[in-house]
Amino acid sequence: MGAVSMNESFDLNQAADTQVLVILRHGPQGGSLLREGLDAALVAAAFGRNVSLVFMGEGVMALCRGQDVDALGQKATAATLEMLQMYDITDVRVEAAAMTSMGLSEDDLILPVLPLPAKALATVIAAAPLVLTF
Amino acid sequence: MASKSVARYLTVNGQQVALDPEGYLVDLSDWSHAVAQALAVDEGLLLTDEHWEVIEVLRNFYQRFESAPPMRPLVKFVGQQLGADKGRSIYLMTLFPGSPAKRAARLAGLPKPANCL
Repeated sequence: MGAVSMNESFDLNQAADTQVLVILRHGPQGGSLLREGLDAALVAAAFGRNVSLVFMGEGVMALCRGQDVDALGQKATAATLEMLQMYDITDVRVEAAAMTSMGLSEDDLILPVLPLPAKALATVIAAAPLVLTF
Repeated sequence: MASKSVARYLTVNGQQVALDPEGYLVDLSDWSHAVAQALAVDEGLLLTDEHWEVIEVLRNFYQRFESAPPMRPLVKFVGQQLGADKGRSIYLMTLFPGSPAKRAARLAGLPKPANCL
């Protein structure tokens, strides 16, 4: 599971409308952290939280087009990513440097995203009351 | 996730259809309109055209997103597909009393929705 960090004193009972920020740092292959992170985001949204996603590092690979069911026959994460809009998860940010280093442009991605420089990302993360890192 | 253990069988047109302990189909490919009808009769629900269109919407959801929706996305998707007046939880509660997401998913031959209240 990913690490949970809580900024300041966080009271879950008073958090019905507060934002949950899920950071995804792993691609669809090589492990299950991407799936677990997306599941956490879906659970939070299903329970009425306001969920934002940040894809960092290798995590941006999850957004690449043209990835279907993998060789192990596991369910592709692309369908889950497309489903995010049904959970009203539309705030998707991406580490701009990660896209550049992987040679990706926004046209290569299956979701509309907001690429952010590292400094702006740091501000977003610091401002979130609850951050889940996967 | 659908459980693979068989709790009982429902007889539909002479065929034995396996159900898990919560009444979901063990083999999702068993689904047909006749099976949905038999499942509804089994739980005392009379299916009207309004029920059928929601069942159809649920099957579309599953085909597109490979996952059975809990209430919030179900309401949103129904609203997109059938119009805003039907994309309301009260409407779905009326059609599928109790727990609409679970009940409608069962009748539509989907697995049990994950993360469902």
